[in-house]
Amino acid sequence: MTAITPEEVEHVAVLARLRLSPEEVAHFTGHLGAILEHAADVEALDLADVPPTSHPVHLENVMRPDRVGPTLDRDEVLAEAPAAQENRFRVPPILGVEP
Amino acid sequence: MSSPRDGGTDWEMVIGLEVHVELHTRTKMFSSAPNNFGDEPNTNITPTCLGLPGSLPVLNERAVELAITMGLALNSEIAPSVFHRKNYFYPDMPKDFQISQYDQPICVGGWLELPQGKRIGIERAHLEEDTGKSTHVGGGGGRIHGSDYSLVDYNRAGVPLLEIVSRPHMNSPDEARAYAEELRAILLATGVSDARMEEGSMRVDANVSVRPAGTDELRTRCEIKNLNSFRSLGRAIAYEAQRHIDLYEHGEEPTQETRHWAEDEGRTHTLRSKEEANDYRYFPEPDLVLLNPSREWVEDLRARLPELPAQRRAALREATGGEAADVAAIVARGLDRLVRGAVAAGADPGRALTHAGHNLSMDGAADLDPAAFAALIGMEKAGDLTATQAKTVLAEMVDTGESPEDIAARLGFEAMDTSALEEMVERAVAANDAAWQKFCAGEDKVQGVFVGFVMKETRGQADGKAVSAILRARREASR
Repeated sequence: MTAITPEEVEHVAVLARLRLSPEEVAHFTGHLGAILEHAADVEALDLADVPPTSHPVHLENVMRPDRVGPTLDRDEVLAEAPAAQENRFRVPPILGVEP
Repeated sequence: MSSPRDGGTDWEMVIGLEVHVELHTRTKMFSSAPNNFGDEPNTNITPTCLGLPGSLPVLNERAVELAITMGLALNSEIAPSVFHRKNYFYPDMPKDFQISQYDQPICVGGWLELPQGKRIGIERAHLEEDTGKSTHVGGGGGRIHGSDYSLVDYNRAGVPLLEIVSRPHMNSPDEARAYAEELRAILLATGVSDARMEEGSMRVDANVSVRPAGTDELRTRCEIKNLNSFRSLGRAIAYEAQRHIDLYEHGEEPTQETRHWAEDEGRTHTLRSKEEANDYRYFPEPDLVLLNPSREWVEDLRARLPELPAQRRAALREATGGEAADVAAIVARGLDRLVRGAVAAGADPGRALTHAGHNLSMDGAADLDPAAFAALIGMEKAGDLTATQAKTVLAEMVDTGESPEDIAARLGFEAMDTSALEEMVERAVAANDAAWQKFCAGEDKVQGVFVGFVMKETRGQADGKAVSAILRARREASR
């Protein structure tokens, strides 16, 4: 039994704006299935006595003071953009375009 | 609300609000770019704001402090919290995900008390980052639909936001407005946000549904966006609730969706949904670690909380015995400390409330010296100033900062002694004999003739009540 179906892979690919060929869908269905099976292995362990962690690094409260630092040069940044207008990034229409 | 058609069902509105507020920090949530409204486009940007490869987020300590402060003001529990990535594609969010908090928000539960006394539950408040600002050009006249292209300014991208989610505890547009206004008052009192709806630093979305009155079911709700004023909020809720009622009464059901309020048309429109909520694929942000505020930090922030609007209303009622609505209006205008100070200095509470409620709408009134305000009320109560004179002196006090005694002397508002008034009343009676006969016959309304005479003689300086008292005494004596 597989952990993930080709349809689910296609759905996730659409959400991630990835265009996959049928061969790639088959390939990633196997790949992702193997990863999920590994997660299922971990899930099968008895972890009742292990406190949940949200991060592999055991640090908390890493913060910076609220002080202004240097910013980027606008002209330099906009020169790298595919299109710019009126000191803004120019992008295609937002709604009505399928992924 | 009653149904216009089936004659049976009474409907009740069920309203919850989601309020996004920009936190009043110097820099953004995860980068040291300035957090400034209205600057030149794309000047407040760093690699982190643009999601450039290799850039990393670092949490702003001040943003966390402000979130905790607001949580404490809303009686929330401050909990260990985790940042998540909320994944979707939109050009105003260059990383293609928004850093937000998901199942472990920083503020859990709580409540807010409306001026009329009702408590509205708080579900949660969580930290997240704002998006950039898009301007849609061409086609649809500035709207998304039909535009030819969009221009994006990333100055706002990454500005710290606190999203405050209420429970669905409001049952009318007025209650929803009162909640939003109270929330704003708390944000301003604590300095958490400048909460300007017109600049977008406070944005309110409303979840609206209806149910048969007296039941506690929760029916399909719609989320209304684009509410740019408290007035729009009230109108949009009333419209949307009626739309639901009409659907139910035609045997139909509303669809759960996000709708856009069109202020000029006075109605809501459906918005094409971006993606289903469960398709955001939230997962923990690996570049940020657990946020676990220490008890000491939280208690220090609690100790630094200012007096909040609800506490100020309670204190003013306690000090003056005023009505809830009058007291709420005075607190909303920031005049409560003046009134409490004056009452503490011995002023008559009723007169202090009356002046604050009616005669102190000018700028700078809140800065008035409470002792001087109390002195003015004392002069009025002693009869040294009439009500009209007191109002004039008060305006001068705010304007010039002079003492009420000096102003009264400068304006010639000397207390008129009773013998001078009596002499003037005698002349008024002598000049209006017919009116006097009527007055003696019990026609009280003609006394205006005499009061008018005296006022004219004194250029409005006389105390109308004192004149009236003299007239009545004279009538008694002549019987």
